[in-house]
Amino acid sequence: MDYALFVMQVLNGLQLGLLLFLVASGLTLVFGILDFVNLAHASLYMVGALVCASLTLVLGNFVWALLLAIPVTALVGWTVERLVARRLYGRDHLDQVLATFGLILVLTTLAHLIWGPQGISVPLPSWLKGQLAFSDTLIFPIYRLVIIGAGLLAALGLYVLVTHTRLGMLIRAGASNRQMVSALGVNIERLFAIVFSLGAVLAGLAGMLVAPITEASIGMGNGIIITAFVVIIVGGIGSMKGAFIAAMLIGLIDTLGRAFLDGVFKLFMSSDAAENSAPAVSAMLIYIIMALVLAFRPKGLFPPKVR
Amino acid sequence: MSATNYPKLTLLVMVLLAVLPPLFYFTGQPFYLDLATRLTILAIAAVSLNLILGYSGLVSFGHAAYIGLGAYAVGIPGYHAIYGGLESWGLASTSGWLHFPLAMLIGAIFALITGIVCLRTKGVYFIMITMAFAQMVYYAIVSIKTYGGDDGLTIDVRSEFPGVSLDDPLQLFGVSYVVLVAVMLLVRMMVNSRFGMVLRGAKGNNERMVMMGYNTYRYQLTAYVIAGALAALSGALLGNFTTFISPEMMDWTRSGELMFMVILGGVATTVGPVLGAVAFILIEEVLSTFTIYWQLPFGLLLMGVVLYSQGGLANILGQWRARRALRDASQGGAAQEHKL
Amino acid sequence: MTQPVLEARSLVKSFGGIRATDNLSLTVLPGELHAVIGPNGAGKTTLITQLCGSLLPDAGEVLFKGVDITQRPAYERAQMGIARSFQITSLIMDMTVLENVALAAQAHMGSSFRFFRSVRHDEPVLSHARACLARVGLAAEADRVTRTLPHGGHRRMEIAIALAAKSELMLLDEPMAGLGTDESQDIIALLRALKGEQTIVLIEHDMDAVFALADRISVLVYGHIIACGTPDEIRQNAEVRAAYLGEESEGV
Repeated sequence: MDYALFVMQVLNGLQLGLLLFLVASGLTLVFGILDFVNLAHASLYMVGALVCASLTLVLGNFVWALLLAIPVTALVGWTVERLVARRLYGRDHLDQVLATFGLILVLTTLAHLIWGPQGISVPLPSWLKGQLAFSDTLIFPIYRLVIIGAGLLAALGLYVLVTHTRLGMLIRAGASNRQMVSALGVNIERLFAIVFSLGAVLAGLAGMLVAPITEASIGMGNGIIITAFVVIIVGGIGSMKGAFIAAMLIGLIDTLGRAFLDGVFKLFMSSDAAENSAPAVSAMLIYIIMALVLAFRPKGLFPPKVR
Repeated sequence: MSATNYPKLTLLVMVLLAVLPPLFYFTGQPFYLDLATRLTILAIAAVSLNLILGYSGLVSFGHAAYIGLGAYAVGIPGYHAIYGGLESWGLASTSGWLHFPLAMLIGAIFALITGIVCLRTKGVYFIMITMAFAQMVYYAIVSIKTYGGDDGLTIDVRSEFPGVSLDDPLQLFGVSYVVLVAVMLLVRMMVNSRFGMVLRGAKGNNERMVMMGYNTYRYQLTAYVIAGALAALSGALLGNFTTFISPEMMDWTRSGELMFMVILGGVATTVGPVLGAVAFILIEEVLSTFTIYWQLPFGLLLMGVVLYSQGGLANILGQWRARRALRDASQGGAAQEHKL
Repeated sequence: MTQPVLEARSLVKSFGGIRATDNLSLTVLPGELHAVIGPNGAGKTTLITQLCGSLLPDAGEVLFKGVDITQRPAYERAQMGIARSFQITSLIMDMTVLENVALAAQAHMGSSFRFFRSVRHDEPVLSHARACLARVGLAAEADRVTRTLPHGGHRRMEIAIALAAKSELMLLDEPMAGLGTDESQDIIALLRALKGEQTIVLIEHDMDAVFALADRISVLVYGHIIACGTPDEIRQNAEVRAAYLGEESEGV
């Protein structure tokens, strides 16, 4: 096997894993603390990307656009929380699923109105465009390394936030006992709004980071939301640690599977059979993994302790 | 002791559905016949979803996968009948006697395999897992380039049955209507049988049912398989209706639309899913004539329904009756409020 | 010595650091009404859940008619002949009274994998269910939606459901919970009528009921049975008086 190719795919897998973590962490945070299932989470991913894209075109600078897009996305998240999510706390999860399903339609159409149906390509500044050559064959785009770096930084930031700050303490307390936290005099409404906005920012950030590679478009959230669900199911709904580990696992398995499964198949079946079946199997791989995990751990790998 | 049932309403709806579309067709407006056919086919899927969602309380967010599987069970053999291949398996055929049973078999098998995993979970896990499995099928089909992948299969396949030409829109509508009535009767019968009562009991209070001696998992799995097979049947009809069989049919957003039909129309009622399908399709049609951005008011409407109503259209009647019965505070009728 | 209907041997169940069931052993003889009493938090409900199978013990065995059922799931135990009523009412609220009891009956009258015949025509099940309703005094309420019944009706339904199961052993978890004196008297009369037909394990706080009905009483304190004997023996047992009866002589 080509060593360089393998390493590059591993790096791709890590990149995907970190992006998945950003999206999944917001989802699991909102579910864990607010007990709220937000199908429209991917729309926030899309909004972040689109806002960043527009700002890049206006400001001419991707990095400034990204930094500015973050508070804008937080604001959008805040608005959604106030107008929609707040009315659904405590309701049946099904109601939340259906309402946020409607919300996706609303947000997608609004985005269509504002940004139009075409995707927007996001130009990178020249210093991010190059490639890093580790060897003759091992070449990796700088930007992807940047994504990995940014993702790790965000993960670290989240970890510090949750374990070392007062807000983080409230989040952890809220996760295990919502009523107690409110009884202690903490402004639950504000806490929820902050957590929701944080989730929105995380998802939006993922969208912003991915946009230069794939274009910012109104359909971009569709694929990632289900994968994010798979991540939090495998990791355990409500668990940050679970989300991180599951995201990395799934990012790697998915990437490596797509790249190398036909090679593996060719070891024990005919070349034709391998080429016909490998794409389908690799597409199903992460779901098969999810099913296997659930067979032994119906609540995921690291389910948080019940409240 | 039967399930919530509004016989007059059901009769009215079904008669209108039988009579109006052919009328439109014969007065030179075939578009409405097509609309009615699509509506009828979706209603079949909605009725099957009502069995597991409305009556059993299993919130499956991946039901559209079965519709897609059923459609491809028509499309793939049809494709091979034209382009060859798979003859040795007997799968290159345009015969309806192959397509329809094959569709139901595939639907049942997929439901069995995924149901075994899904039904061990509860609540939001169940919702997400069913969604994930449906998406899995979507991606699997998309990755098979032979059958069009992302673009789908554009072949004009019709399942051939002796004496019936599904090419004729009127006949296709007729067959779909008959299947709808048959499925409605089947589900209604099941729901009032011992089997159905166990399911409904498990929806109301699973722990109680277990303590009574019921292995509720087995009953739910059975219902799940039946619902999968019936939805695949509707998919086979859909495959005949459209000339274009695409993976989009099984996208998770389609599943959401199906759920809305069931919930909008009224869960755990016989006519609810049909009403829901009617309402959904009509609203979609009407709104889209006004603006290409029709999904905005549509989404707002869906959100409004969730936030402000309970039980859907058919049950508004039931709720009114139930409120009267509670006010009288004497032997109320058997009208039951079905909340999710 | 006749074979006990139910036997618990050295049951242990811990939750975190707390031993809710601490080396508990209990024997229930056929046909008797065996009461289990104890102060709040003694672990009575934990005991019942381990006996009926919603909870599996950490250690120890449960035997039903000599058969080891320790690892059997709850629905299997119910099929074998153990019926349970819940302390906190657990009924199918949106179904009628008759439907609830009919479901309980149906579980023991043939397969429920029948898809075509309506339960309205299931005469054997329906007549048995009505008979059980009549015994608990709910015959007139058969077609009422369960939710509309008052609490007393619900408690009677719990017993009717246990009866409908044609069980050999009834585990009744505080059947009189939340009832006033009159209604409790009715239930006591009902239970007295049932004595001898079935083996009954009765968990109750109401001391009048317990001493009026029980053939034998086991006293549960901190997850352990400290005494077991006839009502007279228990009344005179010094340990029991100290631990329990002295504090709760009025009952609930």
